[in-house]
Parts: sequence; C-alpha cells; structure tokens
Amino acid sequence: MALRTLVTKRTVAAGLGFRQQLRGLQTFSLPDLPYDYGALEPAISGDIMQLHHQKHHQTYITNYNKALEQLDDAISKGDANTVAKLHSALKFNGGGHINHSIFWKNLAPVREGGGEPPKGSLGWAIDTNFGSVEALVKKMNAEGAALQGSGWVWLGVDKELKRLVIETTANQDPLVSKGANLVPLLGIDVWEHAYYLQYKNVRPDYLKNIWKVINWKYANDVYEKECP
Amino acid sequence: MSWCCCNSVCTSSSRQLLATSDLSSIPSRVSNVGLQQKRSLHGVPKVFAYYGLKTPPYKLDALEPYMSQKMLEVHWGEHHCGYVEALNKQLEKNDMLYGCTMDELIKVTYNNGNPLPEFGVAAQVWNHDFFWESMKPGGGDMPKLGLLQLIEKDFGSFTNFKEKFIEAALTLFGSGWIWLVLNREEKRLAIIKTSNAVNPLVWNDIPLIGLDLWEHAYYLDYKNDKANYVNVFMNHLVSWDAALGRMARAQAFVNLGEPKIPVA
Repeated sequence: MALRTLVTKRTVAAGLGFRQQLRGLQTFSLPDLPYDYGALEPAISGDIMQLHHQKHHQTYITNYNKALEQLDDAISKGDANTVAKLHSALKFNGGGHINHSIFWKNLAPVREGGGEPPKGSLGWAIDTNFGSVEALVKKMNAEGAALQGSGWVWLGVDKELKRLVIETTANQDPLVSKGANLVPLLGIDVWEHAYYLQYKNVRPDYLKNIWKVINWKYANDVYEKECP
Repeated sequence: MSWCCCNSVCTSSSRQLLATSDLSSIPSRVSNVGLQQKRSLHGVPKVFAYYGLKTPPYKLDALEPYMSQKMLEVHWGEHHCGYVEALNKQLEKNDMLYGCTMDELIKVTYNNGNPLPEFGVAAQVWNHDFFWESMKPGGGDMPKLGLLQLIEKDFGSFTNFKEKFIEAALTLFGSGWIWLVLNREEKRLAIIKTSNAVNPLVWNDIPLIGLDLWEHAYYLDYKNDKANYVNVFMNHLVSWDAALGRMARAQAFVNLGEPKIPVA
C-alpha cells in the first residue's frame, strides 16, 4: 500500500509546480496562481484565496518536503519502521499538495471564462451521465454539504470505464484513493478553511457560489485527454 | 438545573432545561427547548423530550482576548446550536433512540465503529458542551492536588504532559479533537486524538479535558495558526478546576488504589 502510494505521488508529481534537486530527491514548491487573489470575488474573497494559497497550501508543501527527506533518509538506512511511520504524513501532506494544485486550476475569474458551462465532449458526457449540468451541480453540492468534517468533493472520470463519477474523499486523500482509475476533473475543497472567513458555517452557500468561478475549460481539457 | 424524563437516573448533565436567567443570552434560532407535546392518533398527548442548547458557564465575551466574543457567537450560537437542532430533527424520526441519555445515545449510535447517521450530530452536541466547560476565564496555569500528582505520575512532569498534548494537537490530520482522558482499564491518564465527532466515551474512557481542533474552532481568531491557538488554550483557557471535578467523579468508577494513610 505504501509502495503504491509512493509511485502514485511520483507520477502525479510530473504535473505539479517546479521541482528542485536535493541529493537526487525531488522536492516541491508552491505553484503560482494563474490569477490575482481578488479575481474570484465575490464568490471567494481575496483574503481566503491569499491565506489558502500562501499559508495552507505552502504548509502542505513544506511538510511534504520534510517527510520526503525523512523518507529518503529512512530508505537509504533500511529503516522500515520509520518508513511505515511516515506513511500518514506523506499521504496527508502529499495529498494536500496534489489536491490544492488541481483546485487552483479548477477556478478562474469570470472574465476568463469562470462559470461558463462546459462545451465540447465533457458537456455531452455530463448530459448523458447526469441529465444536465444543473443536476450534476445539485448532486455535488448535496454530497459536499453532507460530508462530515474535512474533505473534498470531486467530479472525476473513470478512464477505464469512460464514465463520469462523483466522489468524496476525507481529509486530504486524493481522488485516486477511491479508485486507481479515477482521474480528477473538478475538485471542491470543503475544508472549513476554504470558506470560513466568508461564509462561516454556511457551507451550502459556499457550494452554491463557487460554481460561478469554476473553470470548466480545464475540466474539459482533462476529460478529452482521458477520453479522446 | 437538570431534568430527567426517563425512568433511569439521568447521569449525563447535557440534558438540561435552560435556566430562565440564561434565556436572554440565547440566540433566537434555538427551538425545541425542553418539552414538546404532540397529539397521537387517539388524541392522547405523546411527550417527546428533546435536547436543548446548554449555555457555556461564562458570558460570551469572558474569554477575550484569547477567544473572541465573535468566535463564541458563531461557534456556540451557530455550530453548536445547529448540531442541537439537527439532532432534535433526527430524533423525531427515530423512536428507537428516544429515552437514551446523551452518553448512551453516543455509544449506541457509534455502533462499535460503524456509526449511524445520528452519531455525528449527537457526539458533536456532547463534545461542544464538554468543550465550553473545559475552559474558563482566567484559565491555564497548572492543575492542583490529586490531578497534578496523577499527571506527574503518568507523564513525568506537567511540562512533559503539556508538550505531549500540544504535539498531539499539532499532528492531528483533518478535523477532530484532543482529549486528556482517564483510561478505565489501565487506570492511567492518556492523551487521545479523535477524528471528526468521535469522543473517548465510545471506548468507555473518562474524558477530563477536551480541545476542539475543527478549523471552525479557531479560524476567525487565529486563521491557520493552529500552534498559537493550542498554546493559548493551554496557557490561558483550560479549566483545571473542571478537570479536577471530573477526576473526582471518575474516582467513583475507577479504583486508583488505596488512599495513603499517614503512619503515626
């Protein structure tokens, strides 16, 4: 299980941020946002975007790098105990980095197409799988609101079965932890830090408003790559 | 003030009719306080006892500047209140759970690790009651008397305990709680991390202190600075008096050994 997680992280890492070489170990750094912090207002406030990006995401990256260094050290020493102990820190912080990197790409300011309904093959697939975009949104919002504690709600595609799925994951578990063939198209962060300063405990309002800045173009691109 | 509606003696203090003097500080959204009557098919009133929102044992601005009034208004008035309302709504639909004390409700709905839907809200109602009572204005400092001795026995020193507690808080992933409990079987103190709504009652342990580590518990005041929040809790908020009281009560259930009788 630990080995599979490691392999997943290494291959997924190919699309994430810059990588630095440190004793042959690839570490990570914070990817830039493709828009200003305030560009997603009023759906998501600039304060939240700044904290979320500069503090939360950065912390995941810092702790992930630390865990990777400790892992590298333990592997080279053959310290199986430490490798096993680092498992949860790697999954949590690595997952946090993966998930948030996808999240920033899932959002776009309105003037750059945020909120525009999906065109192309993804739009067609949504109509087939769920009936309509509205139905999909309603289902995802229901699942997101019902999630207890912290986690994510995802729209993903099963690349084997060529089918769209809605899934939730707990804490920072990446979508792949729900199925090795699942590729995330859209993820919505429902950790309280993602909305608390603006929406307090009214998670349903956050979920309703975030669709105004969802970047369907990105989701469509990923979908077309997996299901040409 | 406590009120029993079932035949067995109610040991949980979470079931309370609100004292009338507290009514002024209740947010207007609280409903279903205390007793409700419904008419059954035959016109005979069916009585359902529901849970009410218990007020913290201090005014909402009493924990400033460590926990702001705004924080308490939202955390208690919206989150905790929301849990109570949700619990009442769920209990309406489920006759089987009617008549349990809060402690029983939590154990039954936990269902040995496969929780029923009512577990999340029931446990969070209990957890928050416990949390408000685990803090007090002018809190922090050190425990005294028997509790301090027990901490020194089980952790080496109070400083060591504090370090371990803070470390546990900072290594909890996701939402959850940190507890200082008396482990009933091993008859010793322990620091426990739980996820989401789980609390030590489900393992039959006796909690002495609880710290809410869901982000909503500190975000308005501390944003993402969890370390600051946890340190402030230990240094300025935690009520060792409450813990001592809970410890004293726990000794009625757990034999911690013979009392030392001085010789001559």
